[in-house]
Amino acid sequence: MSRLYIARNARVAARKLDGEMMIMSGQDSTLFTLNKTATIIWQAADGATPLDEIVERRICPEYEVEPAAALQDAETLARELAAHGILDVSENPIISVNSSPANPLAGESR
Amino acid sequence: MPGLISPVDCLHLTIEIGGMPIRVNTTDADFLGMLQNRYAGFVGSSESAAIEFDIDLFAPGFVDPRADLRVTQHAGKWSLERGDFRAEWEPARRTGAIRQSANPYSIDAVLRIVHTLVLAQEGGFLLHAASAIRNGKAFLFAGVSGAGKTTISRLAPSDATLLTDEISYVRKDVRKDARKHDHGYVAHGTPFTGELAKLGENVSAPISALYLLAQGPENRIDPVAPGEAARELLANVLFFAEDQELVQRAFHAACEFVSRVPVSRLTFVPDARVWEMIG
Repeated sequence: MSRLYIARNARVAARKLDGEMMIMSGQDSTLFTLNKTATIIWQAADGATPLDEIVERRICPEYEVEPAAALQDAETLARELAAHGILDVSENPIISVNSSPANPLAGESR
Repeated sequence: MPGLISPVDCLHLTIEIGGMPIRVNTTDADFLGMLQNRYAGFVGSSESAAIEFDIDLFAPGFVDPRADLRVTQHAGKWSLERGDFRAEWEPARRTGAIRQSANPYSIDAVLRIVHTLVLAQEGGFLLHAASAIRNGKAFLFAGVSGAGKTTISRLAPSDATLLTDEISYVRKDVRKDARKHDHGYVAHGTPFTGELAKLGENVSAPISALYLLAQGPENRIDPVAPGEAARELLANVLFFAEDQELVQRAFHAACEFVSRVPVSRLTFVPDARVWEMIG
């Protein structure tokens, strides 16, 4: 089974306000608010870490869920975010100048 | 052979809104007079203009001002098009041209758009909000049509200075002597009017609070969470450009604003007592 890699899309702006991750598409100005799981996935989406590792390290300890079930849910969520242009999804690592964990677009306030 | 070529008088007016002087040049004295009346109180000094527009008037005919607006940028030049006007602006050269008929509405739209583009670059914005100064502090009252912007403006007490009943002008406060307890933003008066049809005063003050307007059975102020505040603020920010970078700037500007300026929901009954809670 191939691994899935995810990267934050460079065309979105993101900001965490009082714990709530808000993302705006630069293409059509649509505003999204991510829930806690989606926020974890979005923040970890560096293009280099496979989704299964993100799930194992970041989501399973948080929610005490089985890795296989959590990965299936995470893949569904990642593809939904990709459909909205928030994430890029690939079966190969994604090289992008905007995929570093220190993404300057992901500011935090309050 | 005298008289084949006669000089054309170039008339000009500098319209200064939000501390940003924009000079407009025209050859039509009647149109100039119309602009002088329209922007009375916002006429500045032509020597200090930040942007200069040449206005080319065409004969009035059928135009649809409700036609789709397009604001695009290509090779450093902005293009602004609507049914009733066509304008270009080159920020690097600080010059542009507007082609329209002799009416005050087209140039008003161009000015609003240009101000939004300039403000987006510096973290400010135009907002669908009434605003007023009281006790040296500015208060914004945001909301869509019908939310109560005109009503709260009409109810303002005599010691309040109305900045606008429709479009508020928000700039970052870059003054070195800004007071420490201010929140880092300044509201300026604008000539952009709503139902009140009364120009704002051309003055400014540090912004003390943003109220999201709602009408209800009692006067009350409730806190608003930052995420909700940002969503509602963004819904009321005027933004026209189809430009990815500017969209991102506008988003960050709104988030920055709500993280620094107190945002509350102001529910009010339409009588003057609501102002006892403000200022």
